[in-house]
Amino acid sequence: MPEPLHFILNDKEYETTLPGGTLVLDFLRLHARFCGTKEGCKEGDCGACMVLVGELDGDTIHYKPITSCLMPIGEMHGKHLVTIEGLNQQNLTPVQQAIVDAGGSQCGFCTPGIVVSLTGYLLQRGPSFDDVAVKYALGGNLCRCTGYASLKRACTEVAHRFEHNGDDHTTRSGIDHLRKLIEWQMAPPYFESIPSRLQALAAANPTNGQQIDGPLIAGGTDIYVQRGAQLPNTEVRILGRDSGMKTIEVHEGDIHVGALTTFEEFATHPEIQKCIPGIVSYNLYNASWQIRNRATLGGNIVNASPIGDMTALLLALESELLLQRQGQTRTVAMRDFFKGYKKLDLQSGEILTEIRFAKPDRDTLVHFEKVSKRKTLDIASVNSAIRIRCKAGSIVETALTMGGVAPIPLLMKNTNDFLTGKPVCSETVRGAIAVALSEVSPINDIRGSAEYKTLLVRQLLIAHFSTLFPKQITVREFYETH
Amino acid sequence: MKHIDAATHTRGESQYIDDVPQPEGMLHAAVFGSPIAHGRLLTIDLDKAREVPGVRTILTADDIPGENQVGALIADEMLLAESTVHFVGEPIALVLAETPATAHKAAQMISVETEALPVITDPRVAFEKGEIIGATRTFVLGDVDQAWKDCDVVVEGSCEIAGQEHLYLETQRARAVPREDGCLQIYASTQSPYAVQKGVARILGLPHHKVEVDVKRLGGGFGGKEDQATHWACLAALGAQITGKAIELVLPRHQDMVMTGKRHPYSSDYKIGLKQDGKIVAYEARHYQNAGAAADLSPAILERTLFHSTNAYFIPNVRAFAASCRTNLPPNTAFRGFGGPQGMFVIESAITKAAETLEVTREEIQLKNLLQDHDIFPYGQQVHDANIRRTWQEAEKSFKLKNLQKRIREFNDNHFEKKKGFAIMPICFGISFTATFLNQAGALVHVYTDGSVSVSTGGVEMGQGLITNLAKIAATAFGIDEARVKVETTNTTRVANMSPSAASATTDLNGNATLAAASEILQRLKSFAVKELNLSHPERLTIEKETLLFEGKETGWTWQKLVQSAYFNRVDLSAHGFYATPGVWFNKDKEKGHPFAYHVFGTAAFEVTVDCLRGTYEIDKTKIVHDLGRPMNELIDRGQIEGGLAQGLGWMTLEELKFDDQGRYLSNSLASYKVPDVFFMPDDLEIKLLENVNNTWGPYGTKAVGEPPLMYGIGVFFALQDAMRAFRPEMPLTFDTPMTPEKVLMQLHRDEIEGFKTDSDVMADHQEQPVKETE
Repeated sequence: MPEPLHFILNDKEYETTLPGGTLVLDFLRLHARFCGTKEGCKEGDCGACMVLVGELDGDTIHYKPITSCLMPIGEMHGKHLVTIEGLNQQNLTPVQQAIVDAGGSQCGFCTPGIVVSLTGYLLQRGPSFDDVAVKYALGGNLCRCTGYASLKRACTEVAHRFEHNGDDHTTRSGIDHLRKLIEWQMAPPYFESIPSRLQALAAANPTNGQQIDGPLIAGGTDIYVQRGAQLPNTEVRILGRDSGMKTIEVHEGDIHVGALTTFEEFATHPEIQKCIPGIVSYNLYNASWQIRNRATLGGNIVNASPIGDMTALLLALESELLLQRQGQTRTVAMRDFFKGYKKLDLQSGEILTEIRFAKPDRDTLVHFEKVSKRKTLDIASVNSAIRIRCKAGSIVETALTMGGVAPIPLLMKNTNDFLTGKPVCSETVRGAIAVALSEVSPINDIRGSAEYKTLLVRQLLIAHFSTLFPKQITVREFYETH
Repeated sequence: MKHIDAATHTRGESQYIDDVPQPEGMLHAAVFGSPIAHGRLLTIDLDKAREVPGVRTILTADDIPGENQVGALIADEMLLAESTVHFVGEPIALVLAETPATAHKAAQMISVETEALPVITDPRVAFEKGEIIGATRTFVLGDVDQAWKDCDVVVEGSCEIAGQEHLYLETQRARAVPREDGCLQIYASTQSPYAVQKGVARILGLPHHKVEVDVKRLGGGFGGKEDQATHWACLAALGAQITGKAIELVLPRHQDMVMTGKRHPYSSDYKIGLKQDGKIVAYEARHYQNAGAAADLSPAILERTLFHSTNAYFIPNVRAFAASCRTNLPPNTAFRGFGGPQGMFVIESAITKAAETLEVTREEIQLKNLLQDHDIFPYGQQVHDANIRRTWQEAEKSFKLKNLQKRIREFNDNHFEKKKGFAIMPICFGISFTATFLNQAGALVHVYTDGSVSVSTGGVEMGQGLITNLAKIAATAFGIDEARVKVETTNTTRVANMSPSAASATTDLNGNATLAAASEILQRLKSFAVKELNLSHPERLTIEKETLLFEGKETGWTWQKLVQSAYFNRVDLSAHGFYATPGVWFNKDKEKGHPFAYHVFGTAAFEVTVDCLRGTYEIDKTKIVHDLGRPMNELIDRGQIEGGLAQGLGWMTLEELKFDDQGRYLSNSLASYKVPDVFFMPDDLEIKLLENVNNTWGPYGTKAVGEPPLMYGIGVFFALQDAMRAFRPEMPLTFDTPMTPEKVLMQLHRDEIEGFKTDSDVMADHQEQPVKETE
């Protein structure tokens, strides 16, 4: 038997011996009967099941909205799980009131999840809703009734009321921020006691954390979609409970990223933003905020999908992967890691612990392109990343990758060889397109026809170069006959 | 007035069926559906599934005590398949178990032996093979055959119009609870409680009165729970009747998508003839509706396609033909617009093609042909209060559309790969059920002795704000505070034989029935009060702000005193009200009549930007002038306009149903079927309501609002096409929806594609699995 899990559910300490793989959503609806959390899709797309997860960091606590349909209960150990019921106070909170006033709730099924997401945003950043922030906050919530206009108005109203216009994109934390939110009735008063109660919980259950072996869960945002019928009844091994694997460090020009670093942690890290200046906007298209709060870089790579967004980017950075088994470590170049469709150079028991790449130098540019049916929270038809180093108008070195055009995330070896040493001009891109088309082999599937994906290979090559070198290369040059 | 339920919605306290505490010993149901689209069902192997611990029983067609039939219009659909299966996901067996997970696990262990039969997915193929549901229909006005020769230009072409998932956030579900003496109580997420009552009674061989259906609210319906909620309620009822236990059936999203019907795809041909000045002389359309495997509501939907085949235009010579074609897809069903949007898309396509040939803008032809008072629709009804031109002019003026177009041209002159496009979409939508008998409604109103009021009607709250409207109607009628009114669940024992909540007419019908009941009670109260107050002329009594007035002067009586005194004097404080829309009729033999009480009008303008390098796009601006009559509740009505628009935009752009040629549904999850999200909708969305409009049909002069705004979305297709033409003027116009980024790119870059060679077979061995966003 595994040790019981201890956590705080809303305002109450909670203990359960349910299998660690049980979905938080199922736990809430079927066991605890907290029915304000709804099941809309069970694959992280609709956000009707949104909860907040509070995690201690020293003596402060950070809250994130997360879809409970892709999160195992084992992950809750030592944390604060907040449902809509845990946000309710005697009066409506300003967020709830603004939604009521703006007509932002029609059938009501998505509404609790929306309130949770918006409250999660307030806990992180305060009531700083502008057009951009609203989308950021609600990127993981679908509403089929309102068309979102009334929800946008509701957020604007909250921002107005608390005189916070414009998101300065600063994360606020600490007890003062929390007290302010409590004073504004955005969070219930019991939130103030949670950090000390979580500390007490940890002290009272010193042996907790021991896990039975089972399928490995990093962020779970893909494996729970793939194996949603099996995993919930089993024990799983929550990687995040064994060790950190979340640090981002600079070592002599190399960046070391822990495999459990989430998309959101990666993209908001100042060092990463220096290396990949566009990372925040790329990340916006990679997943919703709520999924980015869970999805990990390591999971994205090991998942071995040919269309992983972060994978395409990390592959272009010529990353190295650290693999560990029983204290033994080996390093494999990411370019050698993918052996075939969903086949990896990963032995049984090996865990990807760290991703390392060289910090791009001053002459190096990094860019990412993705085309999907819906721009946000959708899987790419084709994605592509490029790292390119130029000197005196010539390409010194480059790594171009393409996803969705082969059984594996593809490092475009021949194209890269072709580009090396060539001048930065449209003629070079034309040549590169011809080479690139010869090394891709897309298939017809739900993400688009093979023909379409082939066309995207051309288009994204032009997009990379016209974006990175607007002075030397324009799109117009590729359409002279038009 | 704010949505009555909004506060409990935001607190997560509003209860949907499976949120309600469970009856003791309740079992959970899971459905096993057909793995193939067409075939003979030879054997069903339930043995392995029965062995799963926690499984109580598994039911098949043999267990149905009554008639195995759920076809409402035409008896062509079984609840559980017997000897033949007709679409992938057609229910074959029902597992009843102690937990939902056990039920689903066991259902996956059921296997069937089948003998495959030919699969049809294309409506035109079905038509050629004579697979036609009901009669084909033709609406005729004037004489098109004669008229062609009067035209300066005649163009023709075809359209492929895609279907659409409802994607109500709450999937289909029902709970059935056995009661004494063989009675059943059904809690269903249905737009049509009476359809569920009839359906359950038919399946179980019970009289209607032994089946009570109760509906609190729906987590979205959009037409998807008008007819198709019945199946799941019937299955739950069957389980309850046989086991004697309460049964809950909740379809997981994936099964809901596979097993339920959608908006109908149409394949249509058009031919349009115009004078040089843009006046449309003749129009012919042929619509092949992809009905799926059973009739469901398809014949009624087909009819509305014809009713709206000329949208907001007067065309003197029309011939519109439509056939409902049986294929091996899930039976398609009602979806906001009910066939109207497809008919309107085709005429808009025809106008676009004609504009290209005449070398004029779409808008010139649209404007020239807009309906005017007394114009005749092909179905014989004259249009009255034809506000369409007013909405168009108001849009031009308020939103300065001419300037907008000028700025778009300037933008396009100064940008190469980014191009903007523009389109206007006028709409005209008829209000009433086209099946005349459905235009009736009942309401039961109680006044309690404390002055509070209870209203029950046949209308179902599904987010559209019905109960808020009804509360306001009742409060206004009685002259009392809205907080005194409670709108009850929709229950077949309180209001019988109700029509579905559909056709945008729910507030009109049930609101008018509520008014009828309220005036009955008011009349009794007033007759009583004039006697008590020693007055005559009860009609001179009014109630305002809960005070009884005589000729406008205070009588000293409050609402509460009036009600209490009436009670002690044995005045009946309850009444049943009934409403039947007057003057509507239709003769199907002649295909002429007066099917609609009135029409709703409006005009939308769109600005979009297409990234012609990547094929992606943004909707920059949407500007709408909408005719709401005299709006009773602007907050709710605006919500309907914005939400309807979003669904229309999704239908035209992102929402792509993909079936393979074996009838398997490929876009069967939210990872592969994308609906508008918060990023997708335009920030610049302005809605103006047309002022000084009267409507004699809706309660207090309101107009119906549910469906019409969806059709604004059609405009975005043509705005995208306009932008694409700015990049590639010689691009051939095709009318295939939705306009996905894939279609945009493929249409823009035909030349480049020619140069490529792709070999899709090489990689066929690693067909990609559905994967998650985060990758």
